[in-house]
Formats: sequence, structure tokens, C-alpha cells
Amino acid sequence: MSTHDATANTARRPFSGRRVRLGDLLLQAVAGLAALGAVVLLGLVAYKLVEGSRLSVSTFGFGFLTRSVWDPVHNHFGAASFLFGTAVTSVGALLLATPLALGIALFLTELAPRWIRGPVTALVETLAAIPSVVIGLWGIIVLGPVLRDHVMPALHSALGFIPLFGRPTTGSSIFTAIIVLTIMILPIVSSVSRELFLGVPSELKEAALGLGTTRWEMVRGVVFPYARGGVAAAMILGLGRAVGEAIAVAQVIGAFDNGFGWNLFNPGDTLAAKIALDYQGATTNFEVSSLFYLALILLVFSLVVNILAQVIVRRVARRQGLAAR
Amino acid sequence: MSVSSTIQPAVRVETKRQPLPPRERLEQVFDIQDLSAIYGSKPALKGVSMEVYKNLVTAVIGPSGCGKSTFIRCLNRMNDLVPGFHQTGTIRYHGQDVAGKDVDPVAVRRTIGMVFQRPNPFPKSIFDNVAWGLKVLGMKDNLHERVEKALTQAALFDEVKDRLKASGLSLSGGQQQRLCIARAIAVEPDVVLMDEPASALDPIATQAIEQLLHELKSEYSFVIVTHNMQQAARVADMTAFFSISRGEEGHRWGELIEYDATEKIFTAPSDKRTEDYVTGRFG
Amino acid sequence: MSAADLSALRRPNDRLRRRRIVNRGMELLAWLAGAVAVAILAIVVWSVAKRGASELNFDLLTKAPVPFAIGNVKQGLANAFAGSLVIVGLATAMALPVGILVASYVNEFAPRPIRTGVGLTLDVLNGIPAIVVGIFVFGLLVVGHGQSGLAGSFSLAVLMLPLVARATIEVLALVPSSLREASLGLGVPRWRTTLGIVLPQAIGGILTGAVLAVARVAGETAPLLFTSSLVGNSISWSPSHALQSVPVAIFELSESPDPADHARAWAAALVLLVFILVASLSARWLATRNRRKLGRAVR
Repeated sequence: MSTHDATANTARRPFSGRRVRLGDLLLQAVAGLAALGAVVLLGLVAYKLVEGSRLSVSTFGFGFLTRSVWDPVHNHFGAASFLFGTAVTSVGALLLATPLALGIALFLTELAPRWIRGPVTALVETLAAIPSVVIGLWGIIVLGPVLRDHVMPALHSALGFIPLFGRPTTGSSIFTAIIVLTIMILPIVSSVSRELFLGVPSELKEAALGLGTTRWEMVRGVVFPYARGGVAAAMILGLGRAVGEAIAVAQVIGAFDNGFGWNLFNPGDTLAAKIALDYQGATTNFEVSSLFYLALILLVFSLVVNILAQVIVRRVARRQGLAAR
Repeated sequence: MSVSSTIQPAVRVETKRQPLPPRERLEQVFDIQDLSAIYGSKPALKGVSMEVYKNLVTAVIGPSGCGKSTFIRCLNRMNDLVPGFHQTGTIRYHGQDVAGKDVDPVAVRRTIGMVFQRPNPFPKSIFDNVAWGLKVLGMKDNLHERVEKALTQAALFDEVKDRLKASGLSLSGGQQQRLCIARAIAVEPDVVLMDEPASALDPIATQAIEQLLHELKSEYSFVIVTHNMQQAARVADMTAFFSISRGEEGHRWGELIEYDATEKIFTAPSDKRTEDYVTGRFG
Repeated sequence: MSAADLSALRRPNDRLRRRRIVNRGMELLAWLAGAVAVAILAIVVWSVAKRGASELNFDLLTKAPVPFAIGNVKQGLANAFAGSLVIVGLATAMALPVGILVASYVNEFAPRPIRTGVGLTLDVLNGIPAIVVGIFVFGLLVVGHGQSGLAGSFSLAVLMLPLVARATIEVLALVPSSLREASLGLGVPRWRTTLGIVLPQAIGGILTGAVLAVARVAGETAPLLFTSSLVGNSISWSPSHALQSVPVAIFELSESPDPADHARAWAAALVLLVFILVASLSARWLATRNRRKLGRAVR
């Protein structure tokens, strides 16, 4: 009846073999080790920064954050002016980039003819691919002089009564840095916003248009509120990017004297740029440790930004999931 | 014993089939005792006891949700892949409990093969689809002959012999499923489990698969889940009817209602529920 | 319907006209935004292309810089190009296998809580600014040992790891579970299924992720400032001491007051930009090809 003998086969291949295969164990162990390594790496980063900054932290404590001084000779260090510079440049860039990015996102999702959408999206993403050092180079040599010779004097004469737009001095200034940062964070804010706008269910949009609203009214009434949380996340991500940018800012923000000037057209300094610029000149342990302290502040900030953005994204995703039901 | 001496089944049973010898004389492949299965906290099967016999086609029929797929996947430990799955009872395969703690599921699956509902050939060439398993499982000798034999047994060789290097995905649905059958039988299993193998195929392809079952059961034992009673009537020697039982808190689970020769299930079932199902009164 | 309603349909009233104007205005602004974005890109790329091309020559790519050169000597940046090749190459060799392994663990083996934990770790790592990574590796590898190309590679690898791992996780998730079931159903053990069926199916997406990661770190300056920037002028291929790299060279040249240095910076920027754009475009092309191939497999 049967041409192959099942009984003989079972005798040849009993079921009770090695319950746990060596190959499985090995692969899982090696892969698990790699995953563990990633987590350890993160911890290591935090640890090294804490360790490196210990000298400075123990000496200056939280006063580091409130004092504005950088004196390697007498070993007095304080980050306040850098914090100020970081705040001004990043917030400024965010203020400029957000409406522009939202406009781009709107353009790409609602208004542009279909054949344009793909290429322009690719172009915006290419903007993100340009290394910061190249943008900084462009900023020093091309943008700086243009701003110094044309834009800044124009702004000063028109709006000079606002202390922000004081007398322009040099091409390398906070203002230049703000423009450069705007260019750099534009892609990330616009691409996240674009994804959000694409996620708005078309039934909602059709409902609004069906009532007889114009396209803009539909966007204002349906798309923006729906995407509101996500746009906040996009802005936070852009802010994080701006705060962390060291190189391009270092190139265009100019040499600096401590102080809290409000004049955007003066040179300035930020946390990240200071670390980049001061590194090669740092000699004493105190100074190096203070640089670590600056980096620690940056790390904490980037962690907060990251977690905040994740929380918002998760909440938005949950809400969208509920809405879809 | 019978509710009625003969009934009008909803399907036509092929009576030209040879009658089976009495069960005591049939060689057992599986001896399943009191099998129960749970996904997390939801019961799926309760108290299934039956035997599967060698070189026969055994069909598992029943309405959707009665645990047919769960049952068949217990037989080759495929449910191990589902988190939260838990089973009790024994499944003796030639005396050894398939679900035992010291039993290696990988070894089980070599002997008890499976063909799935949707054809899932590897993204490799037709030849490699069959050869890969052979190579990995250490059956590299006479590779070409083995591949050719498997493809021939699956009634696919003539159609693909000139394009063995072509991608397995370039075949039609029915051909892909036959490729999966070839892949499964190439590694010389003892039993082949089939989870609704033709449900994704058109009638012509389905007929080809059913023809294969007739031809191959002299070499392998088949357990086939099907929601199509007609198919069970056409191909199966033994038929097991599962149905849904309800309990407190709205729990539902599957139970084996009746298991007998196909002809008996469809013409003179012992249980009223079986009769209701096969006469099309429900499900 | 009353006569008043119907007439309102026929005669556009002031309110509707105003709304239409606002709508038009907003549409124009959006168009403007799109144009600005494209314009910025065009301006920057055009600047680099124009200024870089005029200075780009064979010597730049092949000769090492000559210190204290007087007069019209064609300086080279070959040490930077060589160094970048070595550093980025080593970084890829470090990050790619580890990234694939991490992704395999997360997707194929890890229980749910570990999966979210490692995923979170990768996202956080991704968000750490490059300069912080630089100072981290400085504290880890440079303090006490001095700078080296290897330390530079490690810092770039830290930046690449989350990118490669994330991309691989996404591709692995796309591999249909029916393929895994088919292999396991044959009696093939888990590890062979992963290595022989799952990973090969995902290889296209993995490569795309790798190329994108390379494009991203090829232009990174900040980490290399701390780990591989105190360099001499000779062309060197050995990562055991600090190597010059293209981004650091551009950075230093851009800070110099000498216009000849600026010219060289533009040329180097052009080479860097072309490399990155080619890499990004090939990654995009690879991605579309993969989507098509996967689309066929998942019938």
C-alpha cells in the first residue's frame, strides 16, 4: 500500500532532538547583544558627559546657567549668554521657518498640480541633505555680505526703533545665523507637516468643501485643527534641530563679547557653536570641563525635545486611530 | 443511533469509492486525546479526541470559527508561534506526544509538513523553492532528481520544466500552490497538513489540487481543513465535523462533534448537529 | 425654496467675493512658499556649483596641501578626500552589521516591551546633536590616547547606527509573515529562516538605508572636530592617527581670511555635494525598485 515506510522514517528521525538549537541560540544571543549595545551606548553618552563635566558642575553648579562669563585665565565660566544666544537664534529660526514650512506643506498637499508635487517634495528633501558646513560656507561668503549690505540696512532704517534691528555691523551676526538655521530646519518641519496634512481623512475635507467653503477655509477649518498636535511636534523637532546645530552657526555667527545684546545684527554665540569653536583652544581642565557642561545642557535639552515630540506623536496617532473608527 | 436511516445531504457523496476497512485494522498516524487550546484567555478548542489514519485523506469541516485551523496547527506545533497560545491534552504521533516538553518543534515540522491557505512560495526560482529546503535540511544528494520528483508528484513538472530558473512568483495562483505542495513533499514528510489549500484558487486549479490528493495518498497521509463540504465529499476518506459551542460570558470554542467515514457523515450522521450542517440547515 | 435663495445663487455677493479674494491670497502665499523653498535650494546649489567648478581641478583631488606656499601654487586637498574615504568607510563597516543585528533582534526575537525599549533608545540616539556625539567620543576615546581616524569613524558610526537600524526594522516588518511560516513549516530552524529567507528578502531596503546613512554622515563636521582634526598635510590612509576629512577641511578653510582658501573650500564643497546628491538619488532609486519588487512578492 505505501511505498515509503513511515515507521522506519520515524525511527530515523525521532522527535526528541535538541530542544534548543545552537544556531537559534547563537543568532539570538549575538543580535540581542547588539541591541543591548545600543542601549548601553546611550547610557555611555550620558555617563561620559556627566563625568567630563563633573569638575565644572561641582565648581559652578547651577550658577553656570545664570552667569555670563568665559574667562579661561581666571577660570570663571558661565553659560548664560550662550543660552540666551541659543534661545534667540532657535526661536527666531522657528518663527521664520514655521509659516514657510506650513505653506510648503500646504502647497504640496492641497494646491500644487499633481505633476509638481513629487519633484518639489524631492527638492525640499534634498535641501535637508546639504551638509551644514556647506550651508555655513555659503552663509559666510554669499549670504553674509548680502545681508550686511542690503537687508540689514533696509531693516534698520525701516524698523530701527525696535531694539532688535539695531545698527548693522558685520555679515556674521545673529541675524545671519537665524536665516541659516531657518533654511536648515525648513525641510524637517515641512516634511513632518506634509505627512500630517496627508493624513487628514478625505471625508472630512469633502464634508467641508461640500458645504460650499473655499479651499483656504477648508484648510483653516479642517486640516489645521486636525493636524494641530502633529504640527506642534514638527515645530519641536525643528527647534531641537536648531538648538543642536553647531557648525553652520559657528561659521556665521561671528566672534563675540559676552553680554546680552538685543541687536540681532550683532555677532553672538550659542551653546553648540561655542563648543565647536572653543574646542581647539581649550587648554585648562576647567575650560574643557565647562565645554562638557555645555554639551550636557545640550544633551538634556535634546532628550526633552525628543521625548516631548514622541509623546505628542503618539497622542496624535491614537487620536487619528480613534477618528478612523 | 442514527437520527434517520439516511438523510438528504446537501452534497453528493461519491459512492464509487472503495469502502474502508474497519477502524481497528487501520494503522494510526495520530492519536489525539482530549486536546484543548486557548489563546490567552479565549478558549479555541475543547476536548478533541480522534485518530488520524495512515495513507488516508482526513477532512476537517465545520462552520467558520469552530477551530479547524487551530486544530490542524496543533498537529505540527505551528501554534507555538502565536504569543499567548496554550494547549493541553496529548497528540500521539506513532506513540510519541507531539506536544511534549522535550519534543523539538523543528523536528516535528520536518515530519509533519504543511501547505497554507494562501500560496506562499519563496521569492526564489522555481527550482530553488523546492531545493532550498532540501539543502538546509541536509538532503543535498541527488538534488536535481529530488526536485524533479517532487515537482512531478505535484503535477507541476511538465508545466515548468523549461523555466526552472524563473521566479516562483511568476506562476499562476494554482501553479504556486502546487509549487508549495512540491516544496513540502520534497523533504519527505510523513503527514501533510493542508489548511484550506484551494480556497484562494479557481475551480480548475482546485480540481488539480484535489486530483493530487488522490494520487499522493498512497505515499503520504493528509489532513485537510476545508470549508467546502463538496470538496470534503470528493476527496476525503474520513471526515471530522467540528462545531461551535457556547458557554458562559459569551465564550465560544470549537468541539469535535462527529468523526467517521465520509460517506457515513454525509448520508447517515449520528449527531443531529452534523446532520444540520451537512444538509445545509445552518452554517 | 423661496425666490430670495435662488437669486443669491446667481448673484455673487460681497461676502463671497471677499472670501474668494482671501482664498486666492492664501493660495498665492502657498505657491510663494513652494517657490522660496525651491529658490533657496537652487541658490545654494548654484553658488557651490559655480564657485566650486571654477576652482576644481585634478591637482585638488590628488595633491596634498603644501604649507606656507607662496605665490600661485595649486594647493591640493587629497589628504582630506583620502581621509574621508577611510573614515566613512570604517564607520559604515562598524555601523552596518550592528544596525542589522539590532534590527533583527527587535523584529524577529524580542518580546514586546524590549522591542519598544530598544526602539525608543534608537530614536533618542537619533536625536542627539552631532556635536554632543563628538564630545562624547572625545571623552571616550581621545582623552588619554589622542585623536585618530578610528575615533572619528566611531563617532560617525554612532550617528549612523539609529538610521541603519530604523531602516532595517521597517523593511523587516514588511517581509510577509507567510514567508516565515512557509520556511518554519518545512521544519527549517528559526535562525536559518532569518538568515536565509527574511534578511535576503529585506536586503534591498537595508542597502537603501545604508546608502542614506552614508550620505548623511559624509558631510558631518562636528564629531570629527573632536576626534580627527589635528592633522598634518600629508596624505595618509591609516586610521590610527588623526586624518583630515572633507567637511573639516571645508570648515577650516571657510574660517580663514584668505580668498584662495575660500576657493578651495567651494571646490571641496562641490565634490562633497555631488557625492551626497548622487548617493541620495541612488538610494531613492533603490527604494522605488524595492517597493516594486516587494509589491510583486506580496500578491
